[in-house]
Amino acid sequence: MIDLTTLTIVKAHDALLKGEYSAVELAESYLAEIEKKNTELNAYLEVFDDVREQAKVADVLIKAGKATMMTGIPIALKDNILVKGKRVSASSKILTGYVAPYEGMAIAKLRDAGVVLLGRTNMDEFAMGSSTETSAFGPTRNPFDTSRVPGGSSGGAATAVGAGLALAALGTDTGGSVRQPAAFCGVVGYKPTYGTISRNGIIAMGSSLDIIGPITKTVEDNEILFDAIAGRDPLDSTSIDLPASSFELRASSLSVGVPRNFLDMRGIDADVLANFNESIKKLQSLGYTIKDISLPTIPYSLAVYYIIMPAELSTNLSRFDGVKYGFHKDADSLLHDYMETRAEGFGREAHRRLLLGAYVLSSGYYDAYYRKAISVRTLIEHEFAEAFKNVDLIATPTTPTPAFKIGEKTKDPLSMYLADIFTVPANIGAIPALSIPSGFVEREGKSLPLGIQLMAGYGQDHLLLDAGKAFKG
Amino acid sequence: MITTEEIEKLAMLARIALSPEEKERMRGEVDSILEYVATIQKVSATAGTRTPSIVAQVNVMREDGSPHESGIYTEALVSSAPRREGNYIKVKKIL
Repeated sequence: MIDLTTLTIVKAHDALLKGEYSAVELAESYLAEIEKKNTELNAYLEVFDDVREQAKVADVLIKAGKATMMTGIPIALKDNILVKGKRVSASSKILTGYVAPYEGMAIAKLRDAGVVLLGRTNMDEFAMGSSTETSAFGPTRNPFDTSRVPGGSSGGAATAVGAGLALAALGTDTGGSVRQPAAFCGVVGYKPTYGTISRNGIIAMGSSLDIIGPITKTVEDNEILFDAIAGRDPLDSTSIDLPASSFELRASSLSVGVPRNFLDMRGIDADVLANFNESIKKLQSLGYTIKDISLPTIPYSLAVYYIIMPAELSTNLSRFDGVKYGFHKDADSLLHDYMETRAEGFGREAHRRLLLGAYVLSSGYYDAYYRKAISVRTLIEHEFAEAFKNVDLIATPTTPTPAFKIGEKTKDPLSMYLADIFTVPANIGAIPALSIPSGFVEREGKSLPLGIQLMAGYGQDHLLLDAGKAFKG
Repeated sequence: MITTEEIEKLAMLARIALSPEEKERMRGEVDSILEYVATIQKVSATAGTRTPSIVAQVNVMREDGSPHESGIYTEALVSSAPRREGNYIKVKKIL
């Protein structure tokens, strides 16, 4: 038996090379675990039917001495990442029956490396949500307390890694959709600098904000997965190569800024704040200098986000009309075909955001909402750039509360949106951010994980990953 | 306060058929979200309109030409459509 609870990519790679077990045996251990736990957790929507065949290919590579770090590593994918020939639905009814006709660079690179793709995991519909409750296929349950949400929108992916149903996973992060569920499920979630991983082959939500993000048990694993998929892609004109770190950094010369004005806002749980202050002490003991900083505009990020994201989303989702893909509902005219298809194919959260997007882009409101939001976004980018002249990293809690109950926030959309208050600024500022497990709080006799979020300046991902490794190590 | 007529106009723009109950619920929800996002009016963003974004905004061009042999993706793409006739996607008459 392979002990999956403490397994990491680094350990599995080592064992595969030494021949302690084969990629097929490793994949079968995960399939057995999924079989045991997925009915209750609802992390996977589909387990691929060719997992063993993929693992056999990996074993051939290993035997031939051609293995890389990701060869034979079983990973889960969020249901908005295309794999050629596999179904993909963004957890929406509107993509019923859709099979991906292509895949992007991230998946192509992983397949070349002989990774084992276990299946596709549940998410909020089109990544719209912070709890995985807006999925058309029912909520995913938090592995630490099944009456609670796993966070979202990559909730199935975070649950899969947290519950030992995958060694690692890929999610996508538009406003916190990798980091927030990672915090709720006790795992590491990373949103790299915008553009460092190609968006080709993911189902778009907010194109100027979206990025793929790895979810893993350790920061070291996270960096391995990121390195395997990052890089400029001619098919995504916003993609970039991350400049390599040119010198060794030491914690003793680095500083962490704490934006107290942002943390003092209402709605933050007292236990979360206490845990965060402990984490700051830990960073201090590791040699980081702690500085209080002020970020006056950054608290407006969430409001900016709920203008820019619906605007981009309503544009991206206009292609789902019952003509080109998936679900079609017939009515008396082409216009009513569109309207009935979109009424029944999309869920309530999608409807809400599509209306908002139409509103902020309407003539008469465009200047007051969309244009203003773009201006404030630029201010936020510059405020971050200024802040990172004085500090190397900025720390906040990843979430204002631990995982909440299923159903607790579904009736009040704004309270759900506030779950992303600390994660959204990094997307607005295009900067990298990392959520690392920082301890537990007790709620109704259950231990619930919390996360600390570290942010770094644009393109300074190596600073972030080094600090993350030091924090966990 | 956003009106039912405005919600109907937005639903038409977004191509979504909403029932009367859904319109009423959307009215309340959209209203509270708009009230929240309107807080950005408090930010003096005149500086922001003058400074360019840090994230690269250079347009990436390529030479015109045939990127691939004509027709090689037709079957894969047309087969995604819920209704087809031969190599065409089928829709209702609009005239």
